[in-house]
Amino acid sequence: MISQTLSRKFDQIITRYPLKRSAMVPLLLYAQDEVGHVSDEVIAEVARRVDVRPIEVTEVISYYSMLHRQPVGKYNIQVCTNISCMLRGADELFDHCCQKLGIGHKQTTPDGLFSLEEVECLGACCGAPAMQVNYDYYENLTPEKVDALIDELKKKEPRSKI
Amino acid sequence: MPGYDNPMGNSPLEVKVISKRFALPNSASLDVYLQHDGYQALKKALATKPEDVINEVKNSGLRGRGGAGFNTGMKWSFVPKQSAKLKYVVCNADESEPGTCKDRPLMEYDPHQLIEGIIISGYAIQAHQGFIYVRGEYRYLLEIVDRALAEAYARGYLGKNLLGSGFDFDLCTHTGAGAYECGEETALLNSLEGLRGYPRIKPPFPAVLGLYGGPTVINNVETLSNIPHIILNGAGWYAKLGSPKNGGTRLFCLSGHISRPGIYELPMGFPLRRMIEEVGGGVPRGKRLKAVIPGGSSCPVLTAEEIDVAMDYDSVAKIGSMLGSGGVVIMDEDTCMVKVAGRIMRFYAHESCGWCIPCREGTSWLKRLLERFHSGGALPDDPDTALDVAYNILGKTLCPLGDAAAMPTISILQKFRHEFEEHLKLGYCPYEKKAVSVA
Ligand SMILES: Cc1cc2nc3c(=O)[nH]c(=O)nc-3n(C[C@H](O)[C@H](O)[C@H](O)COP(=O)(O)O)c2cc1C
Ligand code: FES
Repeated sequence: MISQTLSRKFDQIITRYPLKRSAMVPLLLYAQDEVGHVSDEVIAEVARRVDVRPIEVTEVISYYSMLHRQPVGKYNIQVCTNISCMLRGADELFDHCCQKLGIGHKQTTPDGLFSLEEVECLGACCGAPAMQVNYDYYENLTPEKVDALIDELKKKEPRSKI
Repeated sequence: MPGYDNPMGNSPLEVKVISKRFALPNSASLDVYLQHDGYQALKKALATKPEDVINEVKNSGLRGRGGAGFNTGMKWSFVPKQSAKLKYVVCNADESEPGTCKDRPLMEYDPHQLIEGIIISGYAIQAHQGFIYVRGEYRYLLEIVDRALAEAYARGYLGKNLLGSGFDFDLCTHTGAGAYECGEETALLNSLEGLRGYPRIKPPFPAVLGLYGGPTVINNVETLSNIPHIILNGAGWYAKLGSPKNGGTRLFCLSGHISRPGIYELPMGFPLRRMIEEVGGGVPRGKRLKAVIPGGSSCPVLTAEEIDVAMDYDSVAKIGSMLGSGGVVIMDEDTCMVKVAGRIMRFYAHESCGWCIPCREGTSWLKRLLERFHSGGALPDDPDTALDVAYNILGKTLCPLGDAAAMPTISILQKFRHEFEEHLKLGYCPYEKKAVSVA
C-alpha cells in the first residue's frame, strides 16, 4: 500500500524512539503525503507498525488539523487569516481565492486539483499576508500574485485535466 | 523555496549574536559553521563540569524565549542529578503563537547553532538523548535540520563519545501535525509520546517527570540557540548585552501596520517606541498608531500611549502585559479592535484542546459574543458578559491556553470599550469601509 522507500523510512523513524508509539504522528503525516489522505488502510498499517490498535490511531488523528481522513486537492491552498495577516488584507485575499477557484473553506474543485482552507498563523507573520500550498510558503501576497500562481499550477497539469 | 523573501529585517540598531551568521553564503552547512566558531562552545563545555555549565547559563540571565521567560539555567538546575529513569532534552520548535516567526530563520539559516546548544544542554543535565519537535507546517525546515543532523553525526559532533569526551548524545527531529496546544510543554510531551496533545497537570514539572517518565528539559529554539554564545563568551558578557536580569538579545518580529516588517535582533530592554519608529520605520502612510501586541497574540494589548516601555520581561510585566514570544504586532488608527478581539478569540476557540471545561466552553462562548458585533445580534450587555466570561477562564484552566485567550480579550474590552459601545450604537462597524489592505 505504501512505497518501498516510505516503508524503509518508517523502519528508520521508529528506531529513533524508546517507545514505538511515538512514531505514530510522523508516520501518519508521511503516509498522507504519499497516499493523499489518511485512509483506513493507512490507519491499519500505522497501527501495525507502532503496535497499537487501529482505534487508538483514529483517536489521535482527529486531534491534529493537518491530518485528514478525506482526499483533498492535489494543491492544498492554505491561507492564513490570523492577526498579522488579517491586518494586511488576508480576509480579502481569502475571498479572492474563493472566487478564483469557485470553492469555499475546506472544499475541493471538481477536477480534484485545488483545495482551499483558511488556516491559523503559519509562522510567516513578517511576510503577511501569507499562505502555504502543500508545504511551500508564499508570502507578501496580493490577489495578482495568487492569480499568477494558480494559473501556473494549472498549466503544469496535463490538458485533459483542465 | 519558492515565493518567499528573507524575513530578516535590516537595521543599524541591531546587535547580532544569534543572527550573526544568517547572511553568510551557505550558512546552514557544517563547514561554514566550523569556520565561524562552530562547535567551539561544545569543546569548551565538555572540558568543564556539567554544574559549571548550568551556573554559567544561570548567571547569564538568559530567560526562556518561548513565552514564559523563566531563567534557563535555573530550569536546568531543577533536574535531579541522580535519576533511575533516562533524562531527555526537548527543543520546542512548534512555533505557533500568532505574530511569531523567529524560530524559522534560526533553523533555516543556522541549524548547527541550535544543535550545538541542544548538545550542551544535554551535557549540562547529563541526558543522552534529545528531540526537536517541529510544527508540521515547517516541513522544509525539518529537512534542513535533518541534513544538519546527518552532517553532525558524520563528523562526530553527535553519537558516541563526542569529541573524545566519553559523553554520548543522540538527537533527532519529530514532526507535529498541526496543533497550537502542542507548543505547551506538557501537551508537547504527550504528543511526542504518540498521544493526543492534552496538557498534563503540574506539578510534577517536566524537569522532574517529563518525557517517558524521565526528567526532561524543554526549551525554545531561540533559547537554545543562545547557549553556544554564552559558553564561548561568558555569562558576564551575555548579561551585559541586555538589561538587569534580562540577559542578551532577542529576535523581535515586527508585523502588521509597520513600514518595514521583519525580524530584528535587538538588545533586551530596547525601547518599544524606537523599535516601532526607528527600527520598523513607523506606521505606513502617515497613519497614527492605535495599539501594539508586544509578544504574540496571548499578551494583553498596549495602547499607543503605553509604548514608552523597555522591551524586557520585567518592564513589560510592570505595565500589565508580557514580553511573550517576541511577536510585536502593530495596529494603526483604522484598525477595528472589536474585529481584532473576535479574530484572536476565533483562534483560541479553534485551538482549545477541549480537555478542560472553562477553556473549551469559555473560548467558544467568547468567540460567539465577540463576533456578533460584526455578524449581527450583539446585545448592550455583551461587553460586560464577555469580560465576565473571560475572568471565569483566567486562572481556572489546566494549562495556560485559557489565560492566553482571556488576557488579550480583557485588555481590549477594557482599553477599547468605547469601540464596542460605538458598534452597538451605530449598528454597524465604523471601520469596515476604511480598513483596507496595506500589502
Ligand atoms: C498554549 C501554549 C502554546 C505554546 N506554544 C509554544 C511554542 O510554540 N513554542 C515555544 O517555544 N513555547 C511555547 N509555549 C511555552 C512552552 O510551554 C514552554 O514554556 C517553553 O517551551 C519553554 O521553553 P523556554 O523556557 O525556552 O521558553 C506555549 C505555551 C502555551 C501555554
Ligand atoms: S499571522 Fe499569518 S502567518 Fe502569522
